[in-house]
Amino acid sequence: MKVKKLALAGILTVTGVAFAVDITGAGSTFVYPIISAWSYSYEKATGNKVNYQSIGSGGGIRQIENRTVDFGASDAPLTPKDLSEKKLLQFPVVIGGVVPTYNLPDIGNTQLNFDGKALCDIYMGKIKKWNDPYLQQLNPGVQLPDRDITVVRRSDGSGTTWIWTNYLSKVCPDWEKQVGYGTSVDWPTGVGGKGNEGVANYVKRFRGAIGYVEYIYAKQNNLPAGKVKNKEGNFVAPSMESFQSAAANAKWDKKQHFYYVLTDQPGKNSYPVTGAVFVLFAKDKPESSKKSVQFFDWVFKNGDQEAARLSYVPLPQNVKDMIREYWKENGLM
Amino acid sequence: MNIKLKRKVENYIFLGLSFLSAGFGLFFLFWILGDLLLNGFKYINIDLFTKDPVPPGMEGGGLKHAFIGHIIITVLGTVIGTPIGILAGIYFAEYGRNSKIAKIGRNVVDVMVSNPSIVIGAVVYAILVKPVGHFMGFAGGVALALLMIPVIVITTDEMMKLVPQQTREAAYALGAQPWQVSFHIVLKAAKVGVLTGVILGVARISGETAPLLFTSFNNNFTTFDPTKPMASLTVTVFQYAMGPYDDWHRQAWAASFILTFGVLLASITARYIIQRKKY
Amino acid sequence: MEARKKALNQAKLFENVFKVVLGSAALFVGILLPLVIFISLYKESSLAINHFGVINFLTSTDWDPVAEKFGGLVPLMGTFIATFLATLIAAPISIGIAIFLVELSPNKLKPVFSTAIELLAGIPSIIYGMWGLFVMAPLFGEKIEPWLTENFQNVPLVGKLFEGSPTGIDVMTTSLVLSIMIIPFMSSVVKDAFNMVPSIMRESAYALGATKWEVIKQVMIPITASSIAGGLILSVGRALGETMAVTFLAGNVNQIPKSLFDPFTTITVALANQFTEADTAIYLSSLYFLALILFVISFFVLYLSKIMLLRLEKKWKV
Repeated sequence: MKVKKLALAGILTVTGVAFAVDITGAGSTFVYPIISAWSYSYEKATGNKVNYQSIGSGGGIRQIENRTVDFGASDAPLTPKDLSEKKLLQFPVVIGGVVPTYNLPDIGNTQLNFDGKALCDIYMGKIKKWNDPYLQQLNPGVQLPDRDITVVRRSDGSGTTWIWTNYLSKVCPDWEKQVGYGTSVDWPTGVGGKGNEGVANYVKRFRGAIGYVEYIYAKQNNLPAGKVKNKEGNFVAPSMESFQSAAANAKWDKKQHFYYVLTDQPGKNSYPVTGAVFVLFAKDKPESSKKSVQFFDWVFKNGDQEAARLSYVPLPQNVKDMIREYWKENGLM
Repeated sequence: MNIKLKRKVENYIFLGLSFLSAGFGLFFLFWILGDLLLNGFKYINIDLFTKDPVPPGMEGGGLKHAFIGHIIITVLGTVIGTPIGILAGIYFAEYGRNSKIAKIGRNVVDVMVSNPSIVIGAVVYAILVKPVGHFMGFAGGVALALLMIPVIVITTDEMMKLVPQQTREAAYALGAQPWQVSFHIVLKAAKVGVLTGVILGVARISGETAPLLFTSFNNNFTTFDPTKPMASLTVTVFQYAMGPYDDWHRQAWAASFILTFGVLLASITARYIIQRKKY
Repeated sequence: MEARKKALNQAKLFENVFKVVLGSAALFVGILLPLVIFISLYKESSLAINHFGVINFLTSTDWDPVAEKFGGLVPLMGTFIATFLATLIAAPISIGIAIFLVELSPNKLKPVFSTAIELLAGIPSIIYGMWGLFVMAPLFGEKIEPWLTENFQNVPLVGKLFEGSPTGIDVMTTSLVLSIMIIPFMSSVVKDAFNMVPSIMRESAYALGATKWEVIKQVMIPITASSIAGGLILSVGRALGETMAVTFLAGNVNQIPKSLFDPFTTITVALANQFTEADTAIYLSSLYFLALILFVISFFVLYLSKIMLLRLEKKWKV
């Protein structure tokens, strides 16, 4: 059997059937479901292959910084200063939301209410039981079980973590003081899953677990997604509409390389833990960046429906146009 | 009388414990293999070998990319590792027998067999991936070669030492040069054993994951180009088993089943050959 | 005459070339390779070494990518704890298996049993990890560990080990799976050592009326003690560097576990999870520093085991 395998591989390499993958990207696991759906259709439509690996936003930033990939993707925007230091370009591609998800067989997929303090205290390890009075008071109609809470968070550098901790820092002074925000932080408690995939997997496996994932990961895996109280005091369920409402306030500016943070936005129906995914290009590798631009240009033209199907919010037309101008200004189009 | 009974009881207790230990080992072996068979076998289908993966959350697709990548990386590792391993093995067996330095080198090789494989991955990232500028299947092959070489060195050395000294002396008496003795006489006599070492080496590297994470990386598409990032079965199993999708888990079980039984088959074959050689 | 001399010279030249080629292959494998590994790890980690200092790094429990403060104590302790527990489980069982294979198993079945045990070593480590995650973790998290907590939590001294909320992703499951992985290495070393004991020694003990266990305890084990120790250390070396199985089961938490049911981290887990995603130079360099520490420790541990194993071989080889 081995010999056959060897022979087969030998023939394949010798004849040099090289179907080169055109571009490689890496980073955000938040955006992985939609980018891989896009690249699947892109290959069908154009024959070009986009190999996107979800290794976490921290990894995406690192790999594009080292120029080991053609583009990086991160849910944590880099500041204009960082970008110029690292000779990178940045623009948003799609908007989504980070949701608290949990595994409580006792109440099934009942949608629980959370607020900033509840999430903060759970992730600080202060609320240890599901039937904690504070949680119970947020969810008057629900019989919360007497179960230990297993906190699940990310073990890798993550933009989802960035959005989540950025939100917690905004709504919870203790968190801001003791932990802060970033692609990875010094967690007070919790089990670490690798990627959105890993967190969803752990939440699915542990009874009593709570984790935070991009909305689609909860949806595709039949996990409940909690409502979160927003600035105006409403408990808002995650959905395309509530993400869109949060994004409506965004002031994208190409001079700032579109640096903008979407957490805790005003608006009655705004979901507070919303974030955009940013793509990073290397300024000094125009050839590879141009190929990536072709892909994202195709995505902006043809990818909206697919995004909506997976509950991501596509960018409005005027922002897309601004991004195209940005590409042109940097000689990529 | 009492002492005799005590000795007898003690004897039975400890022999009983020994039985239990063997049972413990076999129990886990059958448990793991049984689970692989039960969960893996039923998800094997044609698509698994002929299709690339579909986006997560969609049903269907296969692991063609990982099978092909895995074979290419393993072959690269074997092609790079085998000659170096055999040459070094010949040196230790034939030339370095009485040299002190060679003895230390031989011990070091023995140590390198059990060296943490993830460290090799990190090293290859530093000396190959970073300077070249991107992940690639070739780097994975190099990492695997570095893991395989010590295995081949050790078996080549041992197998050549099994060749009786008289054989060598007979050849020398006929006026053969040392290289002719090593190559034409000893290596030929130890051919099967050396081949076994190669099989063992292949079995060892084809189950490796850690050194591939930072070198060949991963790819969602099938590629035959070793200068590009490349998928492998093990990295894909890691990604899929850690992920939340049921479809991924099914494919991970199927891939694990094929991988494990392939590796075990190779190592049983190698062991069988060695056993026959030794006695 | 001239032609013969020429031929002889040519042969000599060829011989020398051949020797150089073989020698450089051996040099590469036996000396250069570990050196290259050491140097490149050292070079990559020099930033962290200079920034934190060796002692500071080894004694600090920090692992804070935001503040860019890193220390190796927690993963190092995790590595030691998992290795220690795995060896604790594996050692008696491996010796038991070796006794079974040498003394108890019917002769005809010996090769079958020893192949079976060695197959455990052939199963790729990622399979152990996946199987551990899908099969062992739920079993332990939902059945065995809650039961242990209930029954042992209040026992003095050991009770503390069984505290916490069990998930199955913790020290206990990791160490158990790790122990299954190292059993074949240790048992095959001990078995080989037992086989090396001259049968005359065994037989004389039997002739004096010793029971089987007495022969094992008073003849075989004392004689092979250094090999058993060598096998033990070899499996320690193996366990130290094991990556995939541990990565699935440890839970990746930067804390020194206080109970068997706490999630934790090891050097290899930190590397596998964070290596491709470490986003600052000092972060990556700290990971390389961990890799360097792991490489150095396992190199010395494995070398020590090699020396212990050679000792017995010398003793009995004529």
